[in-house]
Amino acid sequence: MDVMPRWADVILVPIISLLIAFAISALVILAIGQDPVAAVKIMITGALGSTYGWGYTLYYATNFIFTGLAVSIAFHAKLFNIGGEGQATLGGLGVALVCLSVDWPHWALALPAALVGGAVFGAAWAAIPAYLQAKRGSHIVITTIMFNFIGLALLNYVLTNILRPQGQMDPASARFPEGANLPTLHDILAPIGISFSKAAPANITFIIAVLACVLVWLFIWRTRVGYELRAFGHSQPGAVYAGISPVKITMIAMLISGGLAGLMATNNVMGEAERLVLNSVEGAGFIGIAVALMGRSHPFGVFLAAILFGFLYQGGAELALWASIPRELIVVIQALVILFTGALDNMVRMPIQKLFLALRRSKAEG
Amino acid sequence: MDFLTLIQILDSTVRLATPLLLACLAGLFSERAGIFDIGLEGKMLAAAFFSAAIAFTTGSVWLGLLAGIGASMALSGLHGLASITFRGNQLISGVAINFLASGLTVLIAQSWFKQGGRTPSLIGNARFEPITLPFAEALQNVPFLGPIYYELLSGHSILVYIAMLCVPGSWYLLYRTRFGLRLRAVGENPAAVDTAGISVIGLRFAAVAICGILCGIAGAYLSTALQAGFVKEMTAGRGYIALAALIFAKWRPWHALFACLLFGLLQALALRSDVVESVLQVSVPDQLLNSLPYILTVIILAGFVGKAIPPRAGGEAYVKER
Repeated sequence: MDVMPRWADVILVPIISLLIAFAISALVILAIGQDPVAAVKIMITGALGSTYGWGYTLYYATNFIFTGLAVSIAFHAKLFNIGGEGQATLGGLGVALVCLSVDWPHWALALPAALVGGAVFGAAWAAIPAYLQAKRGSHIVITTIMFNFIGLALLNYVLTNILRPQGQMDPASARFPEGANLPTLHDILAPIGISFSKAAPANITFIIAVLACVLVWLFIWRTRVGYELRAFGHSQPGAVYAGISPVKITMIAMLISGGLAGLMATNNVMGEAERLVLNSVEGAGFIGIAVALMGRSHPFGVFLAAILFGFLYQGGAELALWASIPRELIVVIQALVILFTGALDNMVRMPIQKLFLALRRSKAEG
Repeated sequence: MDFLTLIQILDSTVRLATPLLLACLAGLFSERAGIFDIGLEGKMLAAAFFSAAIAFTTGSVWLGLLAGIGASMALSGLHGLASITFRGNQLISGVAINFLASGLTVLIAQSWFKQGGRTPSLIGNARFEPITLPFAEALQNVPFLGPIYYELLSGHSILVYIAMLCVPGSWYLLYRTRFGLRLRAVGENPAAVDTAGISVIGLRFAAVAICGILCGIAGAYLSTALQAGFVKEMTAGRGYIALAALIFAKWRPWHALFACLLFGLLQALALRSDVVESVLQVSVPDQLLNSLPYILTVIILAGFVGKAIPPRAGGEAYVKER
C-alpha cells in the first residue's frame, strides 16, 4: 500500500516543489534590488498578454516539448540522457542538410524530409553513447556530456569549413530555399478567421510536438516495447529474468530519445532561423531535464511543463528588455526547479508522507 | 619549431592544466567517497566570481580566495544536502548546481558592478602576481636548463605551485592516513564502514567539503591569476574536462596530474594551431584539438584502452538498514 494517494504524488508534490522554487526566485529578485510583483506582471503581459507573446511562448514550448520528451523516454528506462543539447545540435545539421540539398517546391514536402533528417542525425548522435552503455558499460551520463562538446566542435567545424557560403564572415549556413519555409501560426490561423501575430516564430512544428506527446504516450503505455522499457527501468534483473534484452532496450530508448531531441531542430532551425547558426539550441537540451522532472516523465506533464518554461523564457526576455533584470534569471529559476523537483524531491516528499500517515492513523483511531 | 616555442607551449600547458588539476582532485575526493559530482563546473564558476568580486572590493586577493572557497563550499553543502541527507539523485543535483552558478554569477555581477555580468579588471594586490623563483633571473642565460627554469618552472602564480603540491598531498591523505582509507572504503562499501562504527554520512560530507575547497581554489585561480577579473561563463567547460581527466586517471592522484597536463597541453596547442601545422605538416582543425579530451575520455570509457572502473558505491545514497 502506498503511503500517499496518487493525486498527492502526481500533483501535490510537484506543485509544492515548484512553489518553493518560485519563492526563492522571488527572494533572488528582491536581493538584486528589484520588485518581484512588478517582475511577474511584466512576465505575464509580455508572454501571455498578446498573440505576439503567445507566439514566442509556444515557439519556446515547442523546443522544450521535444527535449523534455527525449529526457522522459530515457528516464523510463532509468537512463539519464544529458546529451539532448548535442543531439539537438546534430539534429540541426540533419535538418539543414535536408533543406539545403534540394530546392524544395513546397513546405509540405520539405517538412517530412526534414523531420527524418533531424531525427536520424539526433538518433545517430545518441547511438554511440547508447551502444557503449549497453555493450561496454560506459556510464551514459559521462559519455553524453562528452558528446555534447564533441557535437558542438563538429558543428563548428562543418559550419566554418563546409556549409558557410563564400564571402560570409559568421559561421552559419546559407539561407534555406523559399520552399522550405514553414507556415507560422499566423498563416495557419488566418484562413479560419483567427488573427495571430505575424512576427511571432511559433509555427506548424508546435502541432507536431503535440502529436509527438500523444505518440510517446501510446508508445510507453500501449505497446509491448514500451512495456519492456518500463519494466527495464523498474528492475533490470527482473527484466532480464523476463527475457527482456538490456542491450535492445537501452538502444531503443536512447535512439528514440536522441531522435526526439533531433526533431527539435525542425522548429528552431527550419521554422525560425531558416538557416543553421552555431548556437541554435541555446540550452534547450538542458531545459528538457527540468521539463521532464517537473512533468514526472509523463507526456502530458511534459507538455504542461514545456508551456510553463516557454512562458518563463519569453517572460524572461521581456524582463531583460523592460526591467534591468538580466536574462540569466531564467537560468536560476530553471536551476531551482531542477533542484527541488529533482534532487531535493525527498525533502518535499518526506514531510507530506508523514502528514498523510498521521492523517490515516487519526482516522483509524477515530 | 624551435626550443623557445616548445618552452612557451609547455609554459601555457602548466598554466592551463592548473585549474583542471585542482578541479580533478576535487572530483577525486568526492567520487572516491561515493558521491558523483558533475557540479565541478558550477562550483568553479561561483568561486571565480566571488573571488574576483571580493578581491576587487577589498583590494586583497587572499580575501578573494577565501570568498571563492566559501562560495564553492556553500554549493558543496547544497550538493551534500541533496545527495547525502535527502538521498536525491547526485547527477541531477550536479546539473542544478551548474545552472544555479551560471545564472546567479551573472545576476549578482550585473546588480553589483553593472558591467554586463563581469567584474572590473583586477590590478595590483587584487591579483595573484607571478612569483620568480630564486636565482631564476641569474640563471636564465644558462644554455638549455636556464630557459627551462626561468620560463617553465618559475614565473607562475602561487596557486600553480599549491596545485602541484596538492598531488602528493592528496596521495598521502588518501593512501597513507586512516581518514583516507576510510574515505576510499566508503566509496566502495559503505555498509562495511558503517558496521565498523564509523559515520558514513560524516565521511561523505568531509569528502564533499574537501571537494568544495579545491574547486574554490580552482575558480579563484581562473579569475585572479590566469585572468584579471570575472567574465560570464569563464570556466568554459573546464569542470567537464576535469571530470574527463578524472576518468582518464582512473580516480588516482598521480595519474590525475598526468591526465591534466595532457589535457592542458591539448588546450595550449589549440591556441597555437600554427605550431601544430608546421610540426605535423597537415592542418589540424582547432575544433579537433579542443574536443580531443572528450574524445579520448570516450575511448577510455569504452574500455578499448584499459578499463576505467569507478568506485563501486558511486552515485548511490547510503541507507542504513532498518
